Amino acid sequence: MTMNDVLTPTKMAKSQPWGRVRRGRYVADRALKVTCALFTALGAFVLGWILLMLIVEGVSGFSPALFTQTTPGPGTQGGGIANALVGSLILTFLGIAVATPIGVLAGTYLAEYGKGSKLAEVIRFLNDVLLAAPSILIGLFVYTLMVQPMGSYSGWAGGVALAIIAIPVIVRTTEDMLRLVPGSLREAGAALGAPLSTVIMQVSWRAARAGMVTGILLATARIAGETAPLLFTALNNNFWFKGNLMGGVSNLPVMIYQFALAPYQNWRELAWAGALIITMSILALSVVARLIVKRDHVR
Amino acid sequence: MSQIALNTSSAIGQSTADAHAPVRIAMRNLNFYYGDAPALKNVSLDFHDRQVTALIGPSGCGKSTLLRTCNRIYSLYPEQRADGEILLDGQNILSPSVDVNELRARVGMVFQKPTPFPMSIYDNIAFGIRLYEKLPKSELDGRVEEALKKAALWNEARDKLRQSGLSLSGGQQQRLCIARTIAQNPEVILLDEPTSALDPISTGKIEELIEQLREEFTIVIVTHNMQQAARISQFTAFMYLGELVEFGPTNKMFMTPSKKQTQDYITGRFG
Amino acid sequence: MVALTHEGLAPSRSAPVRRSPPKSFDRIFRLASFGSALLVLCVLAGILASMIYGGWPAFREFGFGFITSSVWDVQRDQYGAWVAIVGTLSTALVALVIGVPISLGIAIFLTQLCPPWLKRPVSTTIELLAAVPSIIYGMWGLFVFAPLFARFVQIPVSNLVEGIPIVGTIFHASVPSGVGILTAGIILAVMIVPFVASITRDIFDQIPPVLRESAYGIGCTTWEVVRHVLLPQAGVSIIGAVMLGLGRALGETMAVTFVIGNANRLSASLFDPGSTIASRIANEFNEALGLQLNALMALGCILFLVTFAVLVMARILVARVNAATR
Repeated sequence: MTMNDVLTPTKMAKSQPWGRVRRGRYVADRALKVTCALFTALGAFVLGWILLMLIVEGVSGFSPALFTQTTPGPGTQGGGIANALVGSLILTFLGIAVATPIGVLAGTYLAEYGKGSKLAEVIRFLNDVLLAAPSILIGLFVYTLMVQPMGSYSGWAGGVALAIIAIPVIVRTTEDMLRLVPGSLREAGAALGAPLSTVIMQVSWRAARAGMVTGILLATARIAGETAPLLFTALNNNFWFKGNLMGGVSNLPVMIYQFALAPYQNWRELAWAGALIITMSILALSVVARLIVKRDHVR
Repeated sequence: MSQIALNTSSAIGQSTADAHAPVRIAMRNLNFYYGDAPALKNVSLDFHDRQVTALIGPSGCGKSTLLRTCNRIYSLYPEQRADGEILLDGQNILSPSVDVNELRARVGMVFQKPTPFPMSIYDNIAFGIRLYEKLPKSELDGRVEEALKKAALWNEARDKLRQSGLSLSGGQQQRLCIARTIAQNPEVILLDEPTSALDPISTGKIEELIEQLREEFTIVIVTHNMQQAARISQFTAFMYLGELVEFGPTNKMFMTPSKKQTQDYITGRFG
Repeated sequence: MVALTHEGLAPSRSAPVRRSPPKSFDRIFRLASFGSALLVLCVLAGILASMIYGGWPAFREFGFGFITSSVWDVQRDQYGAWVAIVGTLSTALVALVIGVPISLGIAIFLTQLCPPWLKRPVSTTIELLAAVPSIIYGMWGLFVFAPLFARFVQIPVSNLVEGIPIVGTIFHASVPSGVGILTAGIILAVMIVPFVASITRDIFDQIPPVLRESAYGIGCTTWEVVRHVLLPQAGVSIIGAVMLGLGRALGETMAVTFVIGNANRLSASLFDPGSTIASRIANEFNEALGLQLNALMALGCILFLVTFAVLVMARILVARVNAATR
């Protein structure tokens, strides 16, 4: 065999032509790809549209008065939303302050003490159900529990309603984050003679810190925008928070609900401004919450 | 004698076993169960004071399980239980009346994978001390420094005390874990394959460390590496399928084992 | 057996004085954790109990007819849940029909088609969509979407199908204001897409890559991999994800209240206003007294039971694939 033969392989088998592939396969594939991309673009489009709407309608209502004056009564000109802003901050804070210890402890129980326990499984399952429960029902529940017996709307009831919405979120994230802590770390803590509570608090919680904080921030973002549960508990009014939580507390979401559908021009403007503020705050909070987890992972 | 046995025996360390050293931990008729499955069968064994005892045997023979009974770390898992006697200073540590946490401060453990806590190096060491002693800062500083020195980590860590324990290399992290255990002034230190996750240089450093620590602490080490056992231990226990097959001074075990099974393992016929 | 003598055992060195941390704290901590976990259980039970308690007078007064009656007359104190139930179910159905395909499309895009540099922005977009408060969707729906919907969809379609037997009735707009069952369904669809999409994406991600790769390896197109590998493997869990979306759609309040028109009558047309249970409660609760209040609570009770059943089923189904692919 000469070099030539090797370089010009005339003895190679004649290559078979490709079989005819069904055209339909590629058409279907193409269609799928285009559809999926379109749907995704649609989602981005809607988000952009909503944000644009908020900015366009809301910015026109912006003025210093927005942050200094209280919500106006019917027929009154001007006004601001300062009391609603303050009220929302108070209610959200109250809700998170109640929800965090309960949620963190419950999540800790499910992750650390309840491994393999049937009761823990049931609680975890029902926690997920509560997570997705309609918030209006929670409002009704707290109404029955607190507003009716106490005889009036109150910020306490509003805070409790928000807390009930926040708790399942915190339980879930706390449990998930604690489960990620390796068992060897726990054993190392126990091997030094630390009782379980110390191991949990000083080792597990510390290791899961970033994720737990994220969970709390996400819960905050969730309850900051909730309207339905506040409708029957804290309601809304035109007054400053007076240091007493009884008698209802002014808050943004319910204010937006009432003012957006009102016949008064200035009311509608205030509603849009409020909507812009609340949405931007919530979105910012969501983004920050996820950044915390990213940063901690890098470290 | 086979080549493997020759290699091992040539690795046997300098120090000889002192069989007259008092017994620190005495195990009698120890049985251990994972659920219903027995993992240790009727084990009786002595660990002598200030000697290094190595536990060797093929995978699954129960050596780690045995180690973990000494500080009752298995109590963390409800389906694991032990019966029999393990005497530490006359007290049966398996009895329910024993304070498990205090026991674990007296019998320290270092794990296979380095487990620094997510805190500063200083806090890692101070963690164990703070659990049981209330010390003024200056004294605490001194104890931390002492522990790091004994673990041969002081020079590398002295400028980084406030940095996270996770910023150290693997070998350094393991020495940190050893320092953390030493800081509590335990009586016994249990080492569960401490160098199997480390590179050869770190391994060498830790083996040197163990030699030094032996002067102060009673050490029990589980190891997969027979040469390591030969290098650093004075006593060796060979286990197989949950039973203690043979126990004795290291040089005797490796040069002239009494049981055929021991010889087969050491010469590499199985395992 | 070796006799144990004290002399053989080493005396402990002068051990450092060890002061045990107080036992009681450990116990209290454990109790507090357990109690908190139980609280979750209690809250859920409490919600159900309060709904039944509040709604009981209405159930007693109207019996089973409460569910089937479409009368809702505050003057005469006659209440029936049928209009609200139909509204709730039909808006949820519309939401699923529109929302599920879109969610699946997005999930497929994210897991199969998306270039790496685009993954993070798209995921963030989905998460932000999920974070937008319900009331904002309501405002968008009412003030921006509805007028456009009325002008470009309701009127043309209504004119187009006029006179055609069934389709004509369903798409007949008597008062084309843009609000109505269909509008509410569309807004709901937009709201459930982020949830269903991200759960479905998680499900897809859990399928071992080796299955996908082997399919691609024998020359399957993306569509075929999706159809023959991903969807069957995810199977039951996708249904679970859809049901989670359904659960959300059933209970959604504020967005629906804005765009459903809040009518008390039953109508055959999708373009006509209607009511859902949640919107009815939101609208009337604050002024309601006596039997009306009880009727609204009874509505809440029905909503709770239906949603609970859907969510429980959904969780069980989603858990299936978690267990199967582990």
